[in-house]
This record gives sequence, C-alpha cells and structure tokens, in this order.
Amino acid sequence: MVGHRFRSPLGLAMGLGSAKSGVGHWWTERVTAVALIPLGVWFAASLIAHSGSSYDAFIGWMGSPITAVLMILLLITLFWHITLGLQVVIEDYVHSGAKIWLLLTTHFVCFALAVAGIVATLRIAVGVWTVI
Amino acid sequence: MEHLSNEHIRPLSPNIQIYRPQLTSVLSVVNRITGVFLSACAVFLVAWLVAAASGREAYSRFHDCIASWPGQFFLLASTFAFFLHFCGGIRHLVWDTGRGFELRQIYISGWIVVAASMALTLACWLASLLMARQV
Repeated sequence: MVGHRFRSPLGLAMGLGSAKSGVGHWWTERVTAVALIPLGVWFAASLIAHSGSSYDAFIGWMGSPITAVLMILLLITLFWHITLGLQVVIEDYVHSGAKIWLLLTTHFVCFALAVAGIVATLRIAVGVWTVI
Repeated sequence: MEHLSNEHIRPLSPNIQIYRPQLTSVLSVVNRITGVFLSACAVFLVAWLVAAASGREAYSRFHDCIASWPGQFFLLASTFAFFLHFCGGIRHLVWDTGRGFELRQIYISGWIVVAASMALTLACWLASLLMARQV
C-alpha cells in the first residue's frame, strides 16, 4: 500500500499498532480529495454552462464520451470519498451496537448510489451513441 | 485488578462544551457538517442523473422541483456547502504537507476559506443566472 511509508518499520513488520488499516484509510481519503478538486471544478463549471439549457442540449452534452468518462470518474471518486468520510464521523460519535449497522448501511448505500449513477450516465451516453 | 474493569466509568477530559467558539474550531466542525450535508446532496446528484436517463418527463419533473423556491434555496445552500468543504479541504491538504501551522497562518487561511467560499458561491450564481438569460 502507498501509505506504508508513513508507518514505523516495527508496526509494518508486526502488522499491528494503533493505526491498523488507518493509514490506508487516511491516505485514500487524501487521494480522493485531490482527485475531486479538478472533477469538482469541472462539474460546477459544467452546471453553470448548462444553466437554462434544454433537455436535448443537456442529453447531448452527457452523450459526449468525455463527459461520460468524467461523470463516471466523479461518481466513483465522490462516493469513495463519502464512504471514507462518513465512516470517520460514525466511528467518532456512535459507540453503541448501532455502529456496525450504520457502517454497513453507509457502505451499501454509497456503492448502490455510485452504481445507479454510473448506469444512468451510461444509459444516456449509449442512447445518444445509438441514435447517431 | 477489579477496579480496572471496563465497566468502571472514567471521567472524560473537558471537550468542546467548555470552549468559546473560535474560527479554528468552528471551521473544523463546519468541514464535517458540510461533508455530511454534501453526502446527502450526492443522493440528489444520482437522482438527477437517473431522472435524465429516465426520459424527458422525469427530467422536467426533477427540474421543476429544483426551480421551486425550496429547491433554489437547497441549491444555494449546497453551493455554499460545496465551496466551504472544497476550500476547507484544500486547507487540510496544505496542512498535510506540514505547512501553515503557525497561529497567524491558521487564522489567515481560515478567513481566506470563509471569504473565498462566499465569493465563489456568489460568482457561480451570477454566472449561472447570466447563462440562463442568454439561452
């Protein structure tokens, strides 16, 4: 894992320590955050550019391969970042037996939403490609 | 060793309840709250994509919801939350490199986050309204 260079050699060798898989979690949160900077700017700029545009114009934009690729990248990165972030919030404030269920639900819902968003994006894109 | 059992309730050190709110602590909490709020917004992002994929009618129904006053307020709140989390996140990434930890720098970057979030929200809405007018 990339995050290993932040761990002590002893902790690495024993596979123990207070961090356990925490370094990987922390590092992935940062990697997704960095990726979300350009993706977020692209998304905000695209929404502004399409203010007041028609359904056909919007579908046409969504149908371009670049848009479809960037939208799917945004969905994957965003929901990965959300999963990691909500996990921290839950682990910080929920200490009862509900914790494990909340974590499970968060993970399942995030994965489901990401897949739903990707399928919707592909459906629009493929629909446009088929018409052409 | 009985007195060390897990059932023994230990006193907790004083936490946020005794501190006067400061820019540093408020922004820390804001980063969390906006993160959770934006997670809820992400549900609407997927709903928007699914509506668009479902066809013209579903999309126009979703569009009407967003165009309503509560919808517009929600959109404005999410724009501001987006930029607060965006700028706050960049501030965190700078800290992760080990820079900007002097008290003065922390306050400067904190106020930059607040000012930039407001300015970017305003700029986005002005640009969006101008674009909508031209169409």
